[in-house]
Amino acid sequence: MSGLRILVPVKRVVDYAVKPRVNKAQTAVETSGVKHSMNPFDELSIEEAVRLRERKMPVEDILAFSAGPAKSQDVLRTAMAMGADRGILVVEEKTELEPLGVAKLLAKVVEDEKRNLVILGKQSIDDDANQTGQMLAGLLNWPQATQASKVDVEGDTCTVVREVDGGVETLRAKLPMIITVDLRLNEPRYASLPNIMKAKKKPLEKKTLADYGIDANKRLKTVKVTEPPPRQGGGKVEDVDGMISKLKELGAI
Amino acid sequence: MASLSRTCLLRQASTCLRQSQPTPVQRCRNAALRRLLSTLAVLEQREGKLNMSSLASVSAAQKLGGTIHGIVAGSNVKPVAEEAAKVEGLEKVIFVENGAYDKGLPENYAPMLVENIKKGGYTHVLAGHSAFGKNLMPRVAAMMDVQQVSDITDVESEDTFVRPIYAGNAILTVQSVDSPKIVTVRGTAFPSGAAEGGSASVEEGVDPKAPCPTEWVSEDLAKSDRPDLATAEKVVSGGRGLKSKEEFDRLMPPLADALGAAIGASRAAVDSGFADNSLQVGQTGKNVAPQLYLCAGISGAIQHLAGMKDSKVIACINKDADAPIFQVADVGLVGDLFERVPELTEKLKSQ
Repeated sequence: MSGLRILVPVKRVVDYAVKPRVNKAQTAVETSGVKHSMNPFDELSIEEAVRLRERKMPVEDILAFSAGPAKSQDVLRTAMAMGADRGILVVEEKTELEPLGVAKLLAKVVEDEKRNLVILGKQSIDDDANQTGQMLAGLLNWPQATQASKVDVEGDTCTVVREVDGGVETLRAKLPMIITVDLRLNEPRYASLPNIMKAKKKPLEKKTLADYGIDANKRLKTVKVTEPPPRQGGGKVEDVDGMISKLKELGAI
Repeated sequence: MASLSRTCLLRQASTCLRQSQPTPVQRCRNAALRRLLSTLAVLEQREGKLNMSSLASVSAAQKLGGTIHGIVAGSNVKPVAEEAAKVEGLEKVIFVENGAYDKGLPENYAPMLVENIKKGGYTHVLAGHSAFGKNLMPRVAAMMDVQQVSDITDVESEDTFVRPIYAGNAILTVQSVDSPKIVTVRGTAFPSGAAEGGSASVEEGVDPKAPCPTEWVSEDLAKSDRPDLATAEKVVSGGRGLKSKEEFDRLMPPLADALGAAIGASRAAVDSGFADNSLQVGQTGKNVAPQLYLCAGISGAIQHLAGMKDSKVIACINKDADAPIFQVADVGLVGDLFERVPELTEKLKSQ
């Protein structure tokens, strides 16, 4: 078997610890001046790719990929500091790409770069769509294992434990395949300072949508973005009896 | 051809709809438009049992209007189809009899759905945003060159849907130009509908018998006599504050039993091994919206709130009076959960 040629797509998103605010015009969530970082699930995918190499799997190379504003190169550098060998950034400032567009782009990258394993996060924490990996698998007609909590590669066979409603299930498929990762898969490492410095020297190729011939026209039009209705909290009680009577009053028990 | 002309008509009609205030003419068009809608609701089954929570897609379809068909697939699936035929709102139930679909593997399930969607010329395809729906539907959408709309909580019109983004911290209203519209539905946002009173016809669907390159090896499902977390009326949930698996197992099940509740957990509790993964409530776990969500030792991080803040009544026990959970709780008790939870359990039992 030839080695693993891994593709790990990463997305730059508003940091998970930031409480998002809807802008005044109700057209989007405010992103300017807000801390951004790598989508947490994508950190897990990079980590898993690097661990496959550390487990002495025949990993030929790990390619990190991102599409979005030029600032996304920061998350690619992070991915390289964690162990990815090189990066490709498709710079697109104007249009925010939808999962279908990203999946089409990734399908081209898979073909151009002759990938045989794509490891993605199960969802991005901004759009919460949970689609890209499955869409890519559909476009390529490859096997898919989503919400992975354990990945084993032996020869060209991949065994994946996935988290499903009510427990876990185990699937097996031959490469090439698509895996999307769940939180329990691993614990991503911190990039050390020497590795961050080394990552600056790793190759990062910049491209455009036109290079891949991808049409980024959006299929979904944002009508509006609003704040969720606020909850009126703060009803504190003194003791357990108080809690029971309040719950009764509210008809909850 | 029929589906193409229908799409054109739909597009014209919905353009009219959006122009201005409703007029009698437009109302009439609206009715005509609704007659042209046809939805395929993807129903889940497991070992010959219809998954009732997947009926939320039927309720969402009813909100759209138009005709609704359901589809089920698997081995010995005809009785399931007959059971589904009694679901109110369904006009027809399509079944595909083939054991290859039992495990819901998208590699062959998706091509099968695509064939049935094309054959029926549906304008909408709806499925639950469950592990099954999340795994399957985007693959179907990509095969049909459609941008799916995930996890909707409301239907505004034939092409406009409401869904939470950013862990529920923003609500997005989105309009789709695709046809068919492929949508997954948040189960807790739509009533699961009446399982009785319908009288749909039952019909066999097409089966392209696509090969499946993926082998299903095994599963390990947590067994429990308690109500299902996603659909339970009451949920008790524990977090990091419980300190250990022993304490979690000592305190939470009796409280759940006293209330007849399902058990949930925060990510911290799951990561620390106090509770099983499948019990995680939050942005990346399950979404719940029970009548009562009672939690102990949970601080209320954004990601946890995303999964439970649509609960009717939220109650919490936490020793930190400044924990964010108190900002959303209807009933909050500041105190040590190791004393308060057993006391609450005892007092609820003696009621």
